[in-house]
Amino acid sequence: MIKKEVDIAIIGGGPTGLSAAISARKEGIDNILLIERNENLGGILNQCIHEGFGIEIFEETLTGPEYMQRFIDKVEQLKIPYMLNSMVLDINKKKEIIVCSPEDLIKVKAKAVVLAMGCRERTRGNICIPGTRPSGVYTAGCAQNFINLKNYMVGKRVVVLGSGDIGLIMARRFKLEGAEVLAVVEILPYSSGLPRNVVQCLEDYDIPLYLKHTVVNVVGRKRVEGVIIAKVDERWRPVKGTEKKIKCDTLLLSVGLIPENELSKMAGISLDPITNGSRVTENLETNIKGIFACGNVLHVHDLVDYVTLEAELAGKSAAAFVKGELRNESNIKVTAGNGIRYVLPHLISGKNDVKFSLRVMCPDRNRKIVVKDGEKILTKIPKMRVNPSEMIQFNLKKEYLEDVKELRVELE
Amino acid sequence: MKRNSFDFIIIGGGVVGCAIARELSKYRVKTILLEKESDVAMGISGRNSGVVHAGFYMKPGSLKAETNILGHRMMPKICHELDVPYQEIGKLVVAKNEREIEHLYELKNNGDKNGTQGLRIIDREEIKKLEPEVEGIKALYSSTSAILDPFILNVALSENALQNGVRILLNTEVLSIKENSSFLVKTNKGEFRSEFVVNSAGLFSDKIAEMVGIDKYKIYPCRGEYHILDKNKRDIIRGMVYPVPPKELGGLGVHLTPTTDDNIFIGPSAEYIEEVDDTANTEQVMEKLYAEAKELLPKISKKDFIRSFAGVRPKLIKPTAKEPRDFVIEESIDSFINLIGIESPGLTSAPAIAEKVVEIIKKKKKLKNNRKFNPKRKAPVRFSKLSNQEKSELIKKNPNYGHIVCRCETVTRQEIIDALRNPLGSRNIYSVRKRCKATCGRCQGGFCTPKIVEIMEELHHPSIDDLTLKGNNSRLFIGRTKDLRKND
Repeated sequence: MIKKEVDIAIIGGGPTGLSAAISARKEGIDNILLIERNENLGGILNQCIHEGFGIEIFEETLTGPEYMQRFIDKVEQLKIPYMLNSMVLDINKKKEIIVCSPEDLIKVKAKAVVLAMGCRERTRGNICIPGTRPSGVYTAGCAQNFINLKNYMVGKRVVVLGSGDIGLIMARRFKLEGAEVLAVVEILPYSSGLPRNVVQCLEDYDIPLYLKHTVVNVVGRKRVEGVIIAKVDERWRPVKGTEKKIKCDTLLLSVGLIPENELSKMAGISLDPITNGSRVTENLETNIKGIFACGNVLHVHDLVDYVTLEAELAGKSAAAFVKGELRNESNIKVTAGNGIRYVLPHLISGKNDVKFSLRVMCPDRNRKIVVKDGEKILTKIPKMRVNPSEMIQFNLKKEYLEDVKELRVELE
Repeated sequence: MKRNSFDFIIIGGGVVGCAIARELSKYRVKTILLEKESDVAMGISGRNSGVVHAGFYMKPGSLKAETNILGHRMMPKICHELDVPYQEIGKLVVAKNEREIEHLYELKNNGDKNGTQGLRIIDREEIKKLEPEVEGIKALYSSTSAILDPFILNVALSENALQNGVRILLNTEVLSIKENSSFLVKTNKGEFRSEFVVNSAGLFSDKIAEMVGIDKYKIYPCRGEYHILDKNKRDIIRGMVYPVPPKELGGLGVHLTPTTDDNIFIGPSAEYIEEVDDTANTEQVMEKLYAEAKELLPKISKKDFIRSFAGVRPKLIKPTAKEPRDFVIEESIDSFINLIGIESPGLTSAPAIAEKVVEIIKKKKKLKNNRKFNPKRKAPVRFSKLSNQEKSELIKKNPNYGHIVCRCETVTRQEIIDALRNPLGSRNIYSVRKRCKATCGRCQGGFCTPKIVEIMEELHHPSIDDLTLKGNNSRLFIGRTKDLRKND
């Protein structure tokens, strides 16, 4: 077994990991190790060949691979060491990491760790879709991989369950490839994807969106032969008598993303049951000193640009930790109040400017994000539209945060 | 014709058929096993709780009881020979009220009569010691109840049979059987002649029997649905947790069974259905299973489910029958041996049934020992089960062990290659998942299926039609990415 000592180990070589690595290097940390389990850097963006990435950061719209290449080039240029085809098997509180690579098992002792493992797709099993288990049931990301990277077409008559962004993008992708997309079925009364994707992926291609519907049965023994969809009531239970059969050969699932925190649990990191990600301070540090989390492993983002920015902060914080410059005084709790599903970070110091990220519970118009300390209102941020699919970020200057006891964010 | 002439034809590659094939390979005879699906263990044998029963459920004096007790005794040695993980984790049958306590004693008496070792009635305090999360007032504790992976056992039996000279044909469906001086078995892959036929066709065993004019048996399919829990929930129970069996004759009641890969199965339900191969899950039962499991273990949540599946019991009785019916293990007509109604505890009983079948044969035919018989079968490496030191040494010998393909179950590239090079020649996603557990984890193959397909291409250069989930007609793809646009 090879042994290695590094200043910062970064787990995951997608947009998050690369951005954290670049930022840590810019802060003067040389001894970095980036660990990626796939055969290329870039993560899931390698298969996102549609455009729309980079608007916030580069002020131009790029495809996933184009966006990633800018960061990969930077990593190469800065000579940041990385390992491919290498997966972390174990990590503990002492920041000792066991990496499995084709070279050997490697025991890495790190001064700081950045968790950047991303997320995985919720599966059919997670949501208990009844019916048979034939081929032709794919998660949207898996189908995207086959079609875009492996040159395999997975089906020609498709029903999509879930209107998350990947589902919408894939509905369009299927259409562009000449397949029929018979329905996008969404259990909620609104799409769970970005509004721009609903327009650009469904409306522009006349793909019907069935809101307040779900798939109640899958038919076909060998290959999918059809699905039964039905209306649901307020508690998401199918309404008898509303069933409708759609003949199709493929059921595509876009029913949510789950941060991949199996390693975080091994390291004893405490998780937020709402985000399924770590609890973090304003420095994106977890409850284990020197372990930081960012990107989709922390909370699922809708825009990669925000991932990049968040990861820059994590890289910077990890560098400061290694240099002994990270002050840890975050003991002011931040909680999500009325109308807010979650707000990050969980803890702040009150001594620095902080960028907050949040998601609302349901779509609405003309509302205000209210930041309170007890009954005292610190600030109000008006919003023309709020949507659960769109992460909202805002900055608060430290002047607002002085002497705050507990911060509460509400929707008014 | 001679090439297709055998002493024995075994119909059905479930655990019973494969155990018989292995048993026969101990003798100098020509045996062929015909399986209609793309792999072994595609029916009942791969769709059950994977429990090696200690033998206290079955009626004393029945074939079920006899073969169960015997099979349970034989299984550790067989698993050792075949390199199949066997875990004696024990079982609790939990009474939730006074009325059920009586049944516990009945079960214990039954077990004592059958010869089950290690049975004890325990009280609430001891239940809590064994299973802190389980609620119950008294329980029957069976220390010798065990678990194994039914796929792996089935695969191992078939591989060992193969290695000792049995021919195994997959994707080979029996269409008709003609009987004169010997049996002529017609299949979609040609005709085969044989002196004996063993019908171990499980859910289709009544249909096979009908082909030689035996129409007194009818299989009534009774479906059992399951949920599979994420392995991060493995620690909520130590051993198996069962309720007192319900009085209806469907099954043993919804239970919690850990697997040798650290998942927990919740199920099975019991529901009579129309078609023997209808293994669909239903909304109603999925909900019911969840509710019943929640009663046994309040800490379970639906979020922990990674997959649901169903199996079908080949029952010989109608739902209205008052008494359970015993296994049929008999030479129904000259040299035609029927194994019908082999439901639970069939997995446990399989090795004992195999011995019984050979006993029947020996009365008619002198069998000479196969001195070359090798009882050992070496399982491919399971990387995730090794120590770090062992992992490191393996990677240095073969870098494919250092390349993890299935992240959830930590399955390496070499293990996928081994699975795809299985001696039976079964090459689809299910044959991989059965053998090395890739795609069985919490992402259910979302990440690794494309990688497995890539390895399939590298090894065997299959055509698109041959890339399947589980054999014929379960195609993964309809073509190449631009194919649908070609006619525009």
